[in-house]
Amino acid sequence: MSKPLEHIRNFAIIAHIDHGKSTLADRLIQTCGGLEAREMTEQVLDNMELEQERGITIKAQTVRLTYKAKDGIEYQLNLMDTPGHVDFSYEVSRSLASCEGSLLVVDSTQGVEAQTLANVYQAIDNNHDIVPVINKIDLPAADIEAAKKEVEDVIGLDASEAIPCSGKTGEGIDDLLEAIITKLPPPKGDTEAPTKALLVDSWYDSYLGVVILVRVIDGTLKKGQKIRFMNTGATRDIDRVGIFTPKHVMLDELGPGEMGFITAGIKEISDTQVGDTITDEKYQCETALTGFKPSVPMVFCSFYPIDNGEYEKLKDSLSRLALNDASLHFEAESSQALGMGFRCGFLGLLHMEIIQERLAREFDLDLIPTAPSVVYQIYDMKGGMTELYNPVDMPDPTHIEHIEEPWIKATILTPDEFLGGLLTLCEERRGSQIELTYAGARAMLVYRLPLNEVVFDFYDRLKSISKGYASFDYELDGYAENDLIKLDIRVNDEPVDALAMIVHRSQAERRGRHLCERLKDLIPRQMFKIAIQAAIGGKIIARENVSAMRKDVTAKCYGGDITRKKKLLEKQKKGKKKMRQYGNVEIPQSAFIAALKMGDEK
Amino acid sequence: MKQQGQFGVYIHWPFCLAKCPYCDFNSHVREGIDHDLWRDAYLRSIDHYASLVPARQVESIYFGGGTPSLMVPETVEAIIDRIQQKWQVSNDIEITLEANPTSVEAEKFRAFREAGINRVSLGVQALNNSDLKFLGRQHNVKEALKAIDIARENFYRYSFDLIYARPKQTLKDWQEELERAVTYTNGHLSLYQLTIERGTQFYQDYAQKKFVVPGEELAADFYNLTQDVLEAHNLPAYEVSNHARAGDESRHNLIYWHYGDYVGIGPGAHGRLTMEDNKFATREHRSPEIWLERVAEQGSGVHPFEGVPPEDRFVEALMMGLRLRDGVSLLALEREAGQNWQDFIDEDHVNQAAKEGWLVHQDDCLRLTHEGLLRLNAMVPYLLRERRAQPAVVAA
Repeated sequence: MSKPLEHIRNFAIIAHIDHGKSTLADRLIQTCGGLEAREMTEQVLDNMELEQERGITIKAQTVRLTYKAKDGIEYQLNLMDTPGHVDFSYEVSRSLASCEGSLLVVDSTQGVEAQTLANVYQAIDNNHDIVPVINKIDLPAADIEAAKKEVEDVIGLDASEAIPCSGKTGEGIDDLLEAIITKLPPPKGDTEAPTKALLVDSWYDSYLGVVILVRVIDGTLKKGQKIRFMNTGATRDIDRVGIFTPKHVMLDELGPGEMGFITAGIKEISDTQVGDTITDEKYQCETALTGFKPSVPMVFCSFYPIDNGEYEKLKDSLSRLALNDASLHFEAESSQALGMGFRCGFLGLLHMEIIQERLAREFDLDLIPTAPSVVYQIYDMKGGMTELYNPVDMPDPTHIEHIEEPWIKATILTPDEFLGGLLTLCEERRGSQIELTYAGARAMLVYRLPLNEVVFDFYDRLKSISKGYASFDYELDGYAENDLIKLDIRVNDEPVDALAMIVHRSQAERRGRHLCERLKDLIPRQMFKIAIQAAIGGKIIARENVSAMRKDVTAKCYGGDITRKKKLLEKQKKGKKKMRQYGNVEIPQSAFIAALKMGDEK
Repeated sequence: MKQQGQFGVYIHWPFCLAKCPYCDFNSHVREGIDHDLWRDAYLRSIDHYASLVPARQVESIYFGGGTPSLMVPETVEAIIDRIQQKWQVSNDIEITLEANPTSVEAEKFRAFREAGINRVSLGVQALNNSDLKFLGRQHNVKEALKAIDIARENFYRYSFDLIYARPKQTLKDWQEELERAVTYTNGHLSLYQLTIERGTQFYQDYAQKKFVVPGEELAADFYNLTQDVLEAHNLPAYEVSNHARAGDESRHNLIYWHYGDYVGIGPGAHGRLTMEDNKFATREHRSPEIWLERVAEQGSGVHPFEGVPPEDRFVEALMMGLRLRDGVSLLALEREAGQNWQDFIDEDHVNQAAKEGWLVHQDDCLRLTHEGLLRLNAMVPYLLRERRAQPAVVAA
């Protein structure tokens, strides 16, 4: 039997990275007896090694808790652990759509951050009731009142009844559980109506096949039931119904208001559409739920294996990651400088970084990422528009009527003292100020910025200017025309495709000069002189030379040295595999990688 | 071009009174060395190799180290005698001993001559006392010059080493020192640019920026100056760091550069031996104690021989041969590998290098010019084609 609706609460947790969301979730699970103390690892919901290590949540997770409240009733709490980062706001929106309320977790030592803002507004848009939670009160620097005030001033939520607690020590957890059942609404639903459930997410599990995370709206999902996916039109038989406690627990059915998972003999996640409505094949519901817009990659970069022999492995690895990440796009491409690789599309910079790190860590791939780029819209003379994903593909300027680039609306929250530096940064990056307001000792800056200025090294600069204190979030804000040109870097007169970039004309000379100077320092002397140039079309705007090597000879080499010197030579030869030929010189890929890695600052 | 197929014996004495901060050779400081035990171990090792490669004529014996001048002359004599018993030796065999120019060791030169040594190589390293101290040497300039005199009295042939491009050294300092050094030579001089080797005291000191060494440009100037001064005195470089009057070259070292065969005996010694057309690399245990133990147990302290595949033979011979002023014979390289030289060397790159003035390709000889030698470490990989990996062959 499914639980009466009034004894169910579905809630999400919204928090900025490091504000203790996962630890708090751990504590809720433990308090409700979902896991024995000995089973508790830290951050049990963050399964991925990377999630645990970086303290971030990438995939949404759900867990059912059983809470015996002070009124003597046993409640079913379904906790949705959501990603906190802007790149995954798409996942956040799905998570929020399956809940009726949210806990807004704010670190009592840090206050409200930019990411929290974006997510909390999404929750408000989803008609959530919100319980503010002031976390980490065990820390000496905790200032509960200041944090509450920020919730009121910055977000505009009533924080008078915010729950102070500590995920670490467990203090205040009981109050929090009571607040969840008293302040958040129960779900609505009809047991008798035809089955209607939301496909919240799906992922591939090597034992179970594709696991579908569902939120039942009306009716029930039962083992053996024939279901229909209303959007895709596919029909399947449910072979398993279950929940996470967070352990997998199999059940016979899920009723209205409940969350859990089903499996239905599906092999690939591409066969499931997130946001789809699941109904009963025989007794179909009349209207489908409003789905989700598919996620669109915003940031592009290419990955090249350092060892070209690893191309196939990279392909397999990307396919494996895409199994559980519908927003990862990739396409084969080849570069003269770097060999065979893949052009990949990401939701944002963090998404890109995470994929890159997972490829390195889980698949042991040594990769060269090219500089991140955005999607430009190229309008030709006939009024046609093509999207440009890679600077290398930029058509001849004579065929271009104009180019448009994507813009964002960025929100930055910063302690007052760093405001000056951040304003300069935004101005340098062609930003225009929309808003500047204060909340206590912190300033909230809203800027309109071109995305291509942000993907470069904006976030690193923001962190370094503000000593790590400023937080940043953005949303897309349309396309606009600008004076954009393609900047080429040439080595011995041959363009290095991997270093080509699209920049605003006003930035071209500075960027070109910096890149040339940087490459000059990075490219080791060779037997031949090397010319490095930055060019727009045929026009050279910056140049540097690496002079030829003058001396490199081992002083001593006798009978006992032959083996060692030969091994050194082999190493040198092996290193040559990582070199690319430019005219009569070979340049180590490491030089290009270093050039790609470094920011704009010298 | 020297004839191939020479054969030499290298004896490694692994002990020193103190470890020099620049030295990465296999040397150890030990108290109470049992000279009888060591003598017997060398003799047994000689027997071992003589049974493996019996039909060879020894052109040279070289006592290196460590500090072989710390050996008792009786050991040296016993080793020379045993080699002469076990192998045929050439009439004009060269028998060299490396020596430190301290007064104590110089006093032993006569006894070494009587033991059969006919050439010494002295580790003078510098002709100014502060640099000698920096280099961790046990002698001073006066002592070193005296030792050279004693060497001259006892041996027709002697050589000494100097290290240059020292921290703070100027070109002028070096020129003066070099001019002075030349007056003490008797036809052979080894001049090494100071190299910071991994695993040495200098490596740590350098990493901690306790001193700096000349950069690439100045280092090239030092090298060029060295060549100019020595050429003016008819002591041209016949190898990167070795200078000699015509006919006074170290025959032993030429065996290495000609990629001939040599037996390497003693802790950490390496060898190259051709047996039935196959080339083997030999390597003895590095630790003096383990080496002694192995010789006592098995008659030799050598690790299992490692086969050198044809491509490696080609590369090793090229790498060594290009160090010589006279270059390397492509025919000799082809004999080593049993394949055409074009299979390993990129002919286009040979032509390009010749065009740049880095090498001369004449008849069957490949010879680096002065400018080519300066860039030797880059020249070798530049000339070689991409190679395929070869599985190592291990002999029984």
